[in-house]
Amino acid sequence: MAFIDYYKILGVDKNATKSDIKKAYRKMARKYHPDLNPNDKEAELKFKQANEANEVLSNDENRKKYDKYGENWQHGEAYEQAQQQQRQSQQQRQYQEGQQFEGFGEGEYSDFFESMFGGGFRQSRSNVKFRGQDFNANLELNLRDVYTTEKRVLTVNGKNIRLTIPAGVQDGQVIKIKGKGGPGINGGPHGDLLIEFKIVNTTEFKRDGSNLYKTVTLSLYKAVLGGDIMVDTFDGKVKLKLKPLTQNGTQVKLSGKGFPKYKKDGQFGDLYITYNVELPKKLSDKEKELFEELAKLQ
Amino acid sequence: MQDTHLIPLPSLCTHYEIEMSFFDGLNDHGLIEIVSVEKTYCIHQDKIADLEKMIRLHQDLHLNVEGIDAVFNLLDKIDNLQTELMIAHNKLKRFEDF
Repeated sequence: MAFIDYYKILGVDKNATKSDIKKAYRKMARKYHPDLNPNDKEAELKFKQANEANEVLSNDENRKKYDKYGENWQHGEAYEQAQQQQRQSQQQRQYQEGQQFEGFGEGEYSDFFESMFGGGFRQSRSNVKFRGQDFNANLELNLRDVYTTEKRVLTVNGKNIRLTIPAGVQDGQVIKIKGKGGPGINGGPHGDLLIEFKIVNTTEFKRDGSNLYKTVTLSLYKAVLGGDIMVDTFDGKVKLKLKPLTQNGTQVKLSGKGFPKYKKDGQFGDLYITYNVELPKKLSDKEKELFEELAKLQ
Repeated sequence: MQDTHLIPLPSLCTHYEIEMSFFDGLNDHGLIEIVSVEKTYCIHQDKIADLEKMIRLHQDLHLNVEGIDAVFNLLDKIDNLQTELMIAHNKLKRFEDF
């Protein structure tokens, strides 16, 4: 547990008036309020710190206690005697600047605050019930995993949560599971669980929403003469008729052969095939001769 | 809307130690939808999370209803922009390996 400099947190000096403290607290609260900074852990921490600093410094009795014992809270009354023995300055040096913001965990107050002001002070707080904290979790899935709707069991904070992941969920998408967050304060309802999906794509397909994109390489002869080709789709193969003289970069759309549309059962996006015509890397003498013949015909 | 999913506003006033006029103001600004069931004003339980957010903004930051309305509009905008950013990010991935 480290000493917390509440004056520094609020950016006021030790002689600050109640009005200065109130003003500084309100400014910080408006800047770092968790409802104005969703999913920002740093803002949440700063808001907690400001709240705690305000609770101590805006209360005359607590401010007096904090000013008197603040840096020596661990020693409490014994410090009085120690002070008489002029050991104060020695003890003060034990606390380093860098430790000032430690001690804020998941709870509402720092260990320092709990230790110094304990339960007695907290009783003065209102008994209002509040909804619990929202929990955030990340879930990494393969693109193939989200092609179909899947049921999974996740363990969050030691609890198993059965989850249905709808087909077509996107990379970066957040799904809210109601009531699976932190417990409410004073018996209030539970918060929600927010799951952010990270979709890893190791396939040959590129995805944009429910549309898929794929490049198919054609030999020069196939592109010139045309014919049937077999192309892999996401869930099988299709036979495509290639027109003679297919140009490099030609794109064809295979309707309904893309990715499932999120929460639209049975609906699929499209698959776009782009043809990449590859020229021969080596020519035999005979081939070269024939190309020269062709060139003469142009 | 099932009646079982409705929460009477008088209970919420007691629960959150807040005046009824605050809920009226939110309703007037279209921030919540108050429904009347057997002469009791209620709100749907799905809206409680938003309502709690509004109460916190009111109690913690002393925002009035107009301020809360502005904050909610801006938070909506942030939400939409984040969704757009996610979609744009996913679109860019198509070109990453080229």
